[in-house]
Amino acid sequence: MSTANVPGTSGIIQNEPLLWEKGKKGRRGMCVSASDVPVAVFPAELQGPGVDFPDLSEVDVVRHYTRLSQWNYGVDTGMYPLGSCTMKYNPKINEKVASTPQLAAAHPMLADHLVQGNLQVMYELQESLAAITGLPGVTVQPAAGAHGELTGMLIFAAYHKSRNSKRNKILIPDTAHGTNPASAALCGYKPVPIKSGPNGILDIQSIAAVMDEETAGIMVTNPNTLGLFETNIREIAEIVHAKGGLVYGDGANLNAVMGIINPRKCGVDVMHLNLHKTFSTPHGGGGPGAGPVCVTEELTKYLPAPRAIKEGDKYRLDYGRAESIGRVHAFHGNFSVLLRAYSYIRTMGAENLKKASQLAVLNAAYIKEKLKGTLPLAYNRPCMHECVFSDALLQENKISTLDLAKRLIDCGYHPPTIYFPLVVHGAIMIEPTETECKDDIDQFIEVVQMIVQEAKENPDLLRQAPLRAKTRRLDETLAARHPCLCG
Amino acid sequence: MRYLPHTDDEIREMLAVVGRQSLDELFCSVPDACRYEGSMPLPAPMDEWQLTEHVQHLAEAMQVDHTSHVLIGAGSYHHHIPETIRTVMSRSEFLTAYTPYQPEMAQGTLQGIYEYQTLVTRLLGMDVANASIYDGASALAEGLLMGLRIAKKKAKVAVSAAVHPHYREVARTYLEPTCYEMVELPVGPDGRTDLSGLAEIGDVAAVAIQSPNFFGVVEDLEALGATIHAAGMLFITSFTEPLAYGLTKNPGSCGADIVCGEGQSFGLPRSFGGAALGMFACRDEFVRNMPGRLVGQTKDLDGKRGFVLTLSTREQHIRREKATSNICSNQGICTLIAAMYMASLGGSGLGELARLNYSKAEYLKAQLRAKGAKIVFDSPTFNEFIVEFQDDFQPVYDRLLAKNIVAGLELGKYYPEHKGRYLFCVTETAGKEVMDAVAGEVRP
Repeated sequence: MSTANVPGTSGIIQNEPLLWEKGKKGRRGMCVSASDVPVAVFPAELQGPGVDFPDLSEVDVVRHYTRLSQWNYGVDTGMYPLGSCTMKYNPKINEKVASTPQLAAAHPMLADHLVQGNLQVMYELQESLAAITGLPGVTVQPAAGAHGELTGMLIFAAYHKSRNSKRNKILIPDTAHGTNPASAALCGYKPVPIKSGPNGILDIQSIAAVMDEETAGIMVTNPNTLGLFETNIREIAEIVHAKGGLVYGDGANLNAVMGIINPRKCGVDVMHLNLHKTFSTPHGGGGPGAGPVCVTEELTKYLPAPRAIKEGDKYRLDYGRAESIGRVHAFHGNFSVLLRAYSYIRTMGAENLKKASQLAVLNAAYIKEKLKGTLPLAYNRPCMHECVFSDALLQENKISTLDLAKRLIDCGYHPPTIYFPLVVHGAIMIEPTETECKDDIDQFIEVVQMIVQEAKENPDLLRQAPLRAKTRRLDETLAARHPCLCG
Repeated sequence: MRYLPHTDDEIREMLAVVGRQSLDELFCSVPDACRYEGSMPLPAPMDEWQLTEHVQHLAEAMQVDHTSHVLIGAGSYHHHIPETIRTVMSRSEFLTAYTPYQPEMAQGTLQGIYEYQTLVTRLLGMDVANASIYDGASALAEGLLMGLRIAKKKAKVAVSAAVHPHYREVARTYLEPTCYEMVELPVGPDGRTDLSGLAEIGDVAAVAIQSPNFFGVVEDLEALGATIHAAGMLFITSFTEPLAYGLTKNPGSCGADIVCGEGQSFGLPRSFGGAALGMFACRDEFVRNMPGRLVGQTKDLDGKRGFVLTLSTREQHIRREKATSNICSNQGICTLIAAMYMASLGGSGLGELARLNYSKAEYLKAQLRAKGAKIVFDSPTFNEFIVEFQDDFQPVYDRLLAKNIVAGLELGKYYPEHKGRYLFCVTETAGKEVMDAVAGEVRP
């Protein structure tokens, strides 16, 4: 491939100072209405001196953020093959739905009969997620995947406490998501790391050897972070259940298996979903997301309250049972994110969701097949929605995974997830998602092949990269050693 | 399906490359017993125009909507949002980007968060603010856990009963499986937190006070902070209405060690309570105990200024179970929206808007007093206040609802001692005619 054909090119972007390096005292960027009531005087002893914000005009502010936006790369810019992040296209109609004035203006503490539309959305979304996971009890309160994990672990703790069962450990495979140990630790569980087998999946014996009656259960990411389906999941769940434990399914990778796997039938008791991954809500440069949690009938009574329920043709909030773990969010979670996911599910329907999973897996399998001669595969097994390569070949030319990633930036791509999962040396984890078409995937494959060739012929091109981005490589050590966290 | 780009021919070609006969065969590693039987029971798909119509029906099912005058705050406030925010912040370069793990192609998000952190420290009078937490409630829970980590061997935290009831619920949820205990501090007859019993509790790591508190009362943070520090405890403050700091002393100047609250007022719609914005700040000395993401300034290879995620050794992906929190996201776009709102108002605008809000609320107080209603706490308040009416207020509430006005929040569910009393909230969005209409329905 000629470098002339890579998507990345250079154009003019503007420099832009920090907010407080521009503006003039006395400027104003938004209206403050004239008062229609008498001025009241606030008691002087409680009054502050005023806040030191810069004063900017409307044009100052609009240009500032427009310029900042041009330094960013989003899914709408191009392919974003970040493994485990499911950076699929975010449909525009969902943005419009989320900003529907009647729904978006709702105060969260209004009486149920005043907000039937929003309660219907919550209820129907709960029902849809229950249908997709086979787990009938759903809360939409958790604000992110990790928040869902915490909610799940709180449910584990409440369940074991109700049975007077003291358990202080939890099994976490090395191919689980990175947040799992911290979520479990918040509930007082000590993570017991489990090594995956030589084929990248959990073997039954390694679970049987450590599962005991002091262990609360296991947290499994399935498909796991190597993109492999845990084929022994049912047997593993049986072992855990037999010792009185529960099975947590980290649903971060659900995009591979909608309508194909039934998590309930796999033996999962509690599962969180990442609406910002599988159900296509935009990531917003880090959030907000949503991490609803789905559970079995038996565990439904522990879910956070309130949840939306339907009675006749009316909806209401149910404050649940005494066993509820309580609230995990001030109100109903990131409702604007729930609306987007609702809109996506209503647009897709069952068959298209299943098709999305099939095509997500097809895209990943295709990349794996096409690139396995270029980069060494970590595990040569049928992959699900993502495939993982190692840096073994790059190292021969003293090129790191990071160098490859930075060179991809110059070529106009967001790099894959790198150095994760930890079980693969210099991991390069590619998740194309179903919304990338074959042409774009072919172009991506050619670019990766070109870069690997460059690694041999012109390695400095990789070591110096990126040269076309807003900045060159940034000194992360300096940032950590001498933190400068505000200006 | 417009989001699925593959043609049948392409699917065939790609299957041939991977050596499979069909899409189903891609899942050959899945045991039969794990498979979904039949089709998922979901509603039939809708095209864009059907969906738009469906959402319109949902919108019409909202008896209270964007045209209503909702005089409730309680952690979710109606403020005007300038059109610039909707327009610029819906740019997909911001909206469809991931966490800025590749800083060279995410400088927009990173500089935006750095500016947000800076504006938050200036607003709250603190040294350092993180890139945000989920919401005000989880921010308080994280703040209490942080206080316990800093204090080490102490087992209790004390939280004012005038902290938002939902925030206290969330904090209790977070603390339940731990060995820590949360104690509530009473509210005095002036609507302010009463610390007279604090010394007797013992073993307290940190005390959390909300100001303005749930009743709208501006706490005397300076005096409370002095008492708390004298007792050797950390001083945590919470808030639901950051606009107040355009007028009142900020928590940092009153000695707060950790400040955690809700930033929704700054440019975010109420949206049924979310997406919200947990603001979180602390003193420099505690930064390594802080949960959540941080953006820091650095240099690139050419010495040019740039920004990166930093101090991640506190965080879950490095520290695993020893992390300061399990949080691995922030409220992303909400932080940029809040920063853009703060920048649009500027220092002078923030003060002016806060004074306007204060004057409006004082006006409604005066009108209700004139009708014989009692403002329960006579301490200074910001935006919100509790009203006790001479007669049952429910019929008045119903008449006002028929006029598209939601007249406050009845408090019995949250505070049995305030049963029958209403918490009112007035912001700049409440016109004089609406407030006059409320007072007009109250018969002296």
